[in-house]
Amino acid sequence: MADVYLNNKFVGTVENPQEFRQSLIEERRKGAIDKNMNVYHNADSNEVWIENSKGRVRRPLIVVKYGQPLLTDKHIQQLQKNEINWSDLVNQGVAEYLDAMEEENALVAFYEHELTKDHTHLEVSPIAMLGLISSLVPFSNHAPAARINAGSKTQKQAQGIYAANYAVRMDMDVNILHTPQKPIVNTIMHELSDYNNHPAGQNVVVAIMSYKGYNMEDAIIINKGSVDRGFARSTYYRPSLAEELRYAGGLTDEISVPDKEIKGYRSEKDYRLLEADGIIYPEAQIAESDVIIGKTSPPRFLSGADEYSLTSNVRRESSLAAAHGEQGIIDFVTVTESEEGNKLVQVRVRDQRIPEIGDKFTSRHGQKGVVGLIVSESDMPFTSSGIVPDLIFSPHSLPTRMTISHLLELLAGKVGALSGRYVDGTTFSSEPEEKLRQELLSLGFRENGVETMYNGETGEQMEARIFIGDMYYMKLKHMVANKIHSRARGPIQLLTRQPTEGRAKEGGLRLGEMEKDTFVSHGASMLLKERFDSDKTLVPVCENCGMFAIHNEYKKKSYCPMCGDNVEISYVEIAYAFKLMLDELKALGIYPKLMLRTKY
Amino acid sequence: MTDEIFKEYEEKLPKLIIDEIKANLPEKADAAKVRKILEAVHAEYEKSKLDAGECVGLLSAQSIGEQGTQATLDTFHFSGVSEMNVTMGLPRIIEILDARKTISTPMMEIYLNAPYNQKENVKKQALLVKEIKLKDVATEFLVNIADMIIKVDIDEQKLKDLDLTLANLSKTLSKAMKSLKIKQDTVSIIAKLEDKDANLNSLYKLKEKLKETHISGIKGVTQVLPVKRGSEYIVLTAGSNLKAVLALEWVDKERTTSNDIYEIAATLGIEAARETIIDELLKVIKAQGLKIDIRHLMIISDTMCVSGAIKGITRYGVVNEKSSVLARASFETPIKHIMRASLVGEEDKLHSVIENVMLNQVVPLGTGMPVLKAKKKE
Ligand SMILES: [Zn+2]
Repeated sequence: MADVYLNNKFVGTVENPQEFRQSLIEERRKGAIDKNMNVYHNADSNEVWIENSKGRVRRPLIVVKYGQPLLTDKHIQQLQKNEINWSDLVNQGVAEYLDAMEEENALVAFYEHELTKDHTHLEVSPIAMLGLISSLVPFSNHAPAARINAGSKTQKQAQGIYAANYAVRMDMDVNILHTPQKPIVNTIMHELSDYNNHPAGQNVVVAIMSYKGYNMEDAIIINKGSVDRGFARSTYYRPSLAEELRYAGGLTDEISVPDKEIKGYRSEKDYRLLEADGIIYPEAQIAESDVIIGKTSPPRFLSGADEYSLTSNVRRESSLAAAHGEQGIIDFVTVTESEEGNKLVQVRVRDQRIPEIGDKFTSRHGQKGVVGLIVSESDMPFTSSGIVPDLIFSPHSLPTRMTISHLLELLAGKVGALSGRYVDGTTFSSEPEEKLRQELLSLGFRENGVETMYNGETGEQMEARIFIGDMYYMKLKHMVANKIHSRARGPIQLLTRQPTEGRAKEGGLRLGEMEKDTFVSHGASMLLKERFDSDKTLVPVCENCGMFAIHNEYKKKSYCPMCGDNVEISYVEIAYAFKLMLDELKALGIYPKLMLRTKY
Repeated sequence: MTDEIFKEYEEKLPKLIIDEIKANLPEKADAAKVRKILEAVHAEYEKSKLDAGECVGLLSAQSIGEQGTQATLDTFHFSGVSEMNVTMGLPRIIEILDARKTISTPMMEIYLNAPYNQKENVKKQALLVKEIKLKDVATEFLVNIADMIIKVDIDEQKLKDLDLTLANLSKTLSKAMKSLKIKQDTVSIIAKLEDKDANLNSLYKLKEKLKETHISGIKGVTQVLPVKRGSEYIVLTAGSNLKAVLALEWVDKERTTSNDIYEIAATLGIEAARETIIDELLKVIKAQGLKIDIRHLMIISDTMCVSGAIKGITRYGVVNEKSSVLARASFETPIKHIMRASLVGEEDKLHSVIENVMLNQVVPLGTGMPVLKAKKKE
């Protein structure tokens, strides 16, 4: 007697749960029961769970009966001739989808030759367990799962060509790699997913060694010569757009070169690149604060009375200008109409990005790092055959992460580059390491991939032989040019008088809660005070009532609005944000009284 | 001779240290040597004292926090091997510091008195502790819808192992389940639901309730495991009920302990709870292979227990006890604290860190401690 649950509800009992489950599955394969139904028998609690609710993750498997897969050669021939497709296989009951529960009752064989009569299912392909991008990692059966995960995550951030018509598109934050290459070491998924038609990386010569400590903490060293030859060069595109919005009372924005009488007029120099229509011309070189689209807007606060009066009819400046630190060349200008029928101007700025210190690179194995140093070609180490690496990778990145796949790709890449062919690194069915080593040996190199190298600066032979080969490297979209930021002084917020936040607003670098704690635990109280001084103010405080008093600079007199001028008034230095808080407490009807006392 | 020298140092050094020196002193140490030793000890003792204005609390927080980032977030499982599955690692530390009322894996270490702590006796004693439910002695629960009856087949061998009979089993059952009419069969117990509007569903629910009915042993103890500790055998349990265990006369009351801090506080008092917090934290830290000075744990345990009741490091716990309104308000739920403070006219003396940072004043710590004092001429 087993309890039966349908979608988590108790519906009754069955005498023979095994038989019951089997009959349900048979009916499903025949098509009598919906394909979405899954059934699971829990032998421990003797319960049968039937599920057909939505939201379950299910995966496809080939059905096996009496140790033989239902998928036959005939099916495969038909598939190849395009006579049938996958859904026909599912409808015929040759393949089926299992959910996490029913999987518990299944015995799935990885390969066809492993099948026994106990098996219920056969894996479609061992790589079916991987996602699209995970299966782009070569030799990934030789690396920990966490690294493959990281590897596929960083591949999504690689620069490449995202769309063939990028030249006429107005997308935000676009990076186009100038000379992408197909990977020498690929997987079957590179072919299946059309990756080779829009690759996102380059094959480079990588040496695994340290270089003066400039590649510690996962940093990489790149060759200046390679950079000059165009390694990892890309273009960054950013569109700006301005629309002539309509406001109440027939007023509209106007795209034009702003008048000098306008409120908030910048300076003549800022508008110099605008043409007569108020829009910048293509191929103009722009720098910080240059206006890209000149625009004026009607006055902001229009009350009913002065709507038509001349005095307040001063338009205000609302041009689009290059942001702080931004530079580039105007690439593309369009003038169209928005959905509402307003005039819409879109201008795309292009900026060539040559790899620099701080740009982020990654291999396909989750081994990401930033450029630590760009070394001139003459100072780079070289092999006895004169090969200079494009990139130096730190050996310290390997032991704890155990990405053997990284090393295998280096070796396979070397074989591929030397023999002029692509190497298959598909997970579980890659070319065997032993074969690659033999091939490398027959090509006249050491079978383990190491080579004698020489110091580029002194010409001395290095004591250790260096593991060097070819790898596929990708430049990621995180580039210092978009992120570098510093501030010594700058704008403050109107409300709190504290520094603004964020790079775009030239903001301060936050000294957070935990950083504050480090000051305190060192006992550096005075330093701590100084660091938080950015919004300090001197306020007069009435010693009688403990509220803020008033200081009249013109009359050189201080008085308390409540107690008059016959009281002691002291000047106290406090944070402006605190003064603001006390004001807000007062607005809530709370009386915050300051009780003053000499501190020193 | 040496006694006089020791007497001289009695005020400079704690008694514990002096006793330790006395115990470890070589036989033929002369007065000069003794003085030299004491001088060195005294210097070391003075050196290890804290400076005035050292912020011990924050240093403890940092010392544990920094090490904590190294700790594995996962709990290690001792799969199959002698020990039980206990929550360890970061989850356990959080559990202790938050002073959770119900912990995820409560357990006891029961030490046994002399004859029972031997290999041949320990198993039997362990079984006495384990809570037995009806499902543990039953082979099958059969539901008869027509007669509204649940028939429970009993495993007689198991019953025998537990020194129980069918008769007293049905007696305990009828005591526990008042709504049922319990009848005794040869190898089974028949429970009849006497409710008129009973349906299949209520009978089904009753069956589940019946399975969980307590029969013997100590409530809450779901698993027992005899383990060898040194030369004796002790009993580890999953589930904790210290009060009931300490009532058993064959249990060593001095060493038996639980990892449930609230239970310790309720049965043994707040000082014992304070020790348990330290011990439990140390256990986790040692298991993770971290090195944290015990004094950091002591100060945390002290702050948690100083009020006489256990207070977690949460907004309801020690943060709620802070004297400064501003400090409390800056942590969580500021409106609640400001409202309460304004109702009673609370005063903030600005004695601590956060208040002074908020006001941009010097924090009374470290370099903020020294104050210039001058006498006014009258
Ligand atoms: Zn006043």
